[in-house]
Amino acid sequence: MSKRIDVSGLTAYYGTHKAIEDISMTVEPRTVTAFIGPSGCGKSTFLRTLNRMHEVTSGGRVEGKVLLDDEDLYGAGVDPVAVRREIGMVFQRPNPFPTMSIFDNVAAGLRLNGNYKKSQLSDIVEKSLKGANLWNEVKDRLNKPGSGLSGGQQQRLCIARAIAVEPKVLLMDEPCSALDPISTLAIEDLIGELKERFTIVIVTHNMQQAARVSDRTAFFNLAAVGQPGKLIEIDDTERIFSNPSVQATEDYISGRFG
Amino acid sequence: MDISTQKTGADGAPPPHDGVPPTTSANGPQKRAARGTTRPGDRIFLALSRGSGILLLVIMAAIAVFLAYRAYLAISKDEANFLTTFEWNTGLVPPKFGIAVLAFGTVVSSIIAMAIAVPIAVAIALFITHYAPRRLSGPIAYVVDLLAAVPSIVYGLWGALVLVPHMDGLFGWLNDYFGWTGIFSWDEGAPRSMLTVGILLAIMILPIITNVSREVFRQVPQMHEEAALALGATRWEVIRMAVIPFGRSGVISASMLGLGRALGETMAVATVLSPDFDIHASLLNPGGGTFAQNIASKFNEATEYGRDALIASGLVLFVITLLVNGAARMIIARRKEYSGANA
Amino acid sequence: MSHATAVADKRPSTLRGASLPSWSPYAIAAGSVVVAVGIGLAAGLDSKVQWGLIAGLLFVAGTYGIAAKVEGRRQAKDRIATSLVWVAFILAVVPLVSLLWTTIARGVKVLDIYFLTHSMGVVADSEPGGGIYHAIIGTLEQVGLATLIGAPIGILTAIYLVEYGRGGLAKAVTFFVDVMTGIPSIVAGLFILSLMLMFDMQPFGFAGSLALAILMMPVVVRSTEEMLKLVPNELREASLALGVPKWRTILKVVVPTSIGGIITGVMLAIARIAGETAPVLLLVFGNPFINNNPFEGAQASLPLYIYQQYSQSAGSTAAYDRAWAASLTLIAFVMILNLVARAIARWKAPKTGR
Repeated sequence: MSKRIDVSGLTAYYGTHKAIEDISMTVEPRTVTAFIGPSGCGKSTFLRTLNRMHEVTSGGRVEGKVLLDDEDLYGAGVDPVAVRREIGMVFQRPNPFPTMSIFDNVAAGLRLNGNYKKSQLSDIVEKSLKGANLWNEVKDRLNKPGSGLSGGQQQRLCIARAIAVEPKVLLMDEPCSALDPISTLAIEDLIGELKERFTIVIVTHNMQQAARVSDRTAFFNLAAVGQPGKLIEIDDTERIFSNPSVQATEDYISGRFG
Repeated sequence: MDISTQKTGADGAPPPHDGVPPTTSANGPQKRAARGTTRPGDRIFLALSRGSGILLLVIMAAIAVFLAYRAYLAISKDEANFLTTFEWNTGLVPPKFGIAVLAFGTVVSSIIAMAIAVPIAVAIALFITHYAPRRLSGPIAYVVDLLAAVPSIVYGLWGALVLVPHMDGLFGWLNDYFGWTGIFSWDEGAPRSMLTVGILLAIMILPIITNVSREVFRQVPQMHEEAALALGATRWEVIRMAVIPFGRSGVISASMLGLGRALGETMAVATVLSPDFDIHASLLNPGGGTFAQNIASKFNEATEYGRDALIASGLVLFVITLLVNGAARMIIARRKEYSGANA
Repeated sequence: MSHATAVADKRPSTLRGASLPSWSPYAIAAGSVVVAVGIGLAAGLDSKVQWGLIAGLLFVAGTYGIAAKVEGRRQAKDRIATSLVWVAFILAVVPLVSLLWTTIARGVKVLDIYFLTHSMGVVADSEPGGGIYHAIIGTLEQVGLATLIGAPIGILTAIYLVEYGRGGLAKAVTFFVDVMTGIPSIVAGLFILSLMLMFDMQPFGFAGSLALAILMMPVVVRSTEEMLKLVPNELREASLALGVPKWRTILKVVVPTSIGGIITGVMLAIARIAGETAPVLLLVFGNPFINNNPFEGAQASLPLYIYQQYSQSAGSTAAYDRAWAASLTLIAFVMILNLVARAIARWKAPKTGR
């Protein structure tokens, strides 16, 4: 069951520095939305405000609203821990827990929520690993450490770990930037399958990737270094890459800057 | 470190790119320049630095040999069993002395110290890295750093003049409620006992264990903590999933470091304990002793033979600390392999 | 937000659990203190430490109970961990602050210029008066000589390990440096003592220096090693590629780059050995008179002075005052070394781009 995200008037700070300013957009359920833009434009920061990971960094602070199916993530009394359980995240560098086995990595999020029977856990782990297209590669070594896998496998392990807790939304912060082309392709295929079950938001530096995997694309930019990043436009991916409505988007996509 | 490919001139292979034998006269000068250690400066410098390293080994060997020799002189005349005797009479003819009481006291006081210090130190390290407001954590870490540098004799003075008078209440309370165990029974004597020593040692080693643990916790990669957070973990669950597993071996080696300090601590024990040569069931009544304390207290009145006997007990302490350090080193080595695997 | 709860179908508002208000820890803390004081008064416990312990226990238990009821087990565990960590911190702060406070408060009583410039030569240990001049001289000389021996050997060993070290010898040295770090100071003292017994020598300052040097070496090796490893290889290669011989590369490029860290390490090692009492007790023996010659006759030293004022004065207040004043002097000396060392480290930190 995936959910809609509705952002309005969102501004984020690092201490006194304003990183992104006044961003509003809607992300529909069962779609893949890609964020593109030059380095430092705040697209990763924005992504991290969507599951309240931004406030984990020192001085991180957010103004504005993020509605998940009409409920404000930043409303009074909302528990950030509960938010992050609803909205999973995959990071730039694969980060399986180094001290845990492959099985334990996938089960980590489930164990937090307590009482699963051993058999239930095995079922969910298997299902999640299959969902991440990793099952066939690791089914014989579930008890080996996750750090022994290749980079691409580790990243898929992290995706399996994220989807095991059945989040409503999956955020991906440049999930392929540390991977080789073949692993990247595997992850891109996976994203196509996952969007049947989750709302997916992906930050990417790679415009071909955005064009390949996403339904909608948002372009972020900043006026100058030190200025806050802004959302320039968001539209269907096809339109953004063929006929964007803003000149800056076209310049960026055709490689004239960034 | 592959900068020192040309480390030893003597066995240095010729550079791979020229097939000309080194004796060729035309190539002679360049060859010499390339082979660094044939220069007198290089030779002297290498000799100096290698010599220093060898000197360290010689010192270690000398410590073992000389202590063992003097200990042999002492133990060979000891009429009693050196390991099991409950007295220390080196002046008798023939002399009678043994380390049973000292070994017991050293181990017991160190165990008490570790039992108190390790959990608290880990908690403080977590406090500094994960709980304290950011503005506070820097200064706190700094103060703990400085406290680690306070000389042990000052801890000893403080222990004897401030801590000991404040132990009455705790001892009375322990005696009231746990006196029946025997371990915590108290005859209302001055609280210059093993428990006080253990508590003082705990306070002393707390800063060291805290510092090392803090460094380890700080090195936990941000991405592991974020991975846990993104799964919806509370702060404590982040610590349990990502921080403690990563830091466990570091904390163990920090504790070993603290244990080494506690085992060998001399002055803080000598000022606080009122020793005797017996093993007591109660930790609250005065008595007992430790290796280091016994050496410091008995040294002044000791004859040359008495000093040899003290050296013999020091040798035992030396061996114990070697074992503890060896264990710590093995743990650290395991950790290195392990963190290398996922670098 | 009644609207939102109405819309969310299956699990009404999964995002918000019941949570305690932000002031609740303070309220629970205040409540625990009040109850603890009540219990303390009622049970007639006279030790304030017990009151504190009871308050701490009540706080932890109360937090867990209330949080488990309102917020659920996981949140309660989180809160209990938080409160335990705070309690541990406060528990540890009490003795450590007491140590610093007592030393300062009681140390300043007799600490003045007279105290710093006079010895104990004509003053009985139980009488007021006298000072620590002889002990300062002894400490400075013994520590100075120890540094002259220990620091160069330590630094050179570290250079050997980082710049040349390979194979069995380097491995052995690394291993035994670690082992040496753990030698109790009294064992180092006993080692020199066994040499002195061999040659039938009487206590003198330099013997103490030798033991202190042994304690200093491994510390210097470790810190210097760390610093040399921070020097990027590119620097060494750049220099070697210019045809500079290796030893000059080390002396002119590697060591200067890391000199700040090396000095810091040496100073921290000095700070550590300056407070060592046990080897000085065995080898230098102590002396109430001024002895400027570290190579002959017993000397005093600051830590030893503190011990002897405490242990040989039969409870005389004057002697305790002197012990505290000497402690304050010693702590000040160690702290200044520490602070200067850190300042140097910060000022001369190698620019490794980290």
